[in-house]
Amino acid sequence: MIELLKSILILAGSAFMLVAALGVLRLPDLLTRMHATTKAATLGVSLIMLAVALHFAVEAVVARAFGVILFILLTAPVAAHVIGRAGYFVGTRLWSGTVKDELRPNYDSVTHRLSSHRETEANAAPASGESDKAG
Amino acid sequence: MSSIILVSLAMMALALCLAFARLYRGPSLPDRVVALELFSAILVGMIGLIAIATDVPSLLDVAIVMALMAFMATIGFARFLERGGPRDD
Repeated sequence: MIELLKSILILAGSAFMLVAALGVLRLPDLLTRMHATTKAATLGVSLIMLAVALHFAVEAVVARAFGVILFILLTAPVAAHVIGRAGYFVGTRLWSGTVKDELRPNYDSVTHRLSSHRETEANAAPASGESDKAG
Repeated sequence: MSSIILVSLAMMALALCLAFARLYRGPSLPDRVVALELFSAILVGMIGLIAIATDVPSLLDVAIVMALMAFMATIGFARFLERGGPRDD
């Protein structure tokens, strides 16, 4: 029973990793590639670490395996966010079939500020020196 | 059991090759960083599989260090890109 479960977990995990690698090779631009790798690779590593925990079934090893899962689950979204943000700043081209880029008209790439184009004198953001007081 | 581990290792090796193709072709630096991140995830999985195959639980420490290093490398590359990496537009 445990053997069967382990086999299923291992095969599913490596299949998800293969799908992630296919996605990173075949998809057209940076954001779609990240969408493929981040989620599929995280799930693949988690499944294989579950198989490791089932295989050894000792407290120390199970704790370490779950530590790896927790660490991957915590860091993968952070890394994806940081790389996506840096890629947008650098000016990576989006796919030609992209329907909408809502950031493009509202975002100033020099000052890194968002605006809604509805600012008036009254609700304008204060100058950078006194921004703490405005609250 | 060992044949299943063999098949899974072969699939992961194929996945490494595909990720390497993206690392080689990747038109911009963020694409290459994404491929490197995928590399590290696949390597963590491979180390877990080898820990199962050889019955050596200490290999999990290697996996933890691998994941940590990959996260740090990604953050470092992102900082480098934001502080005036080569622009692409």
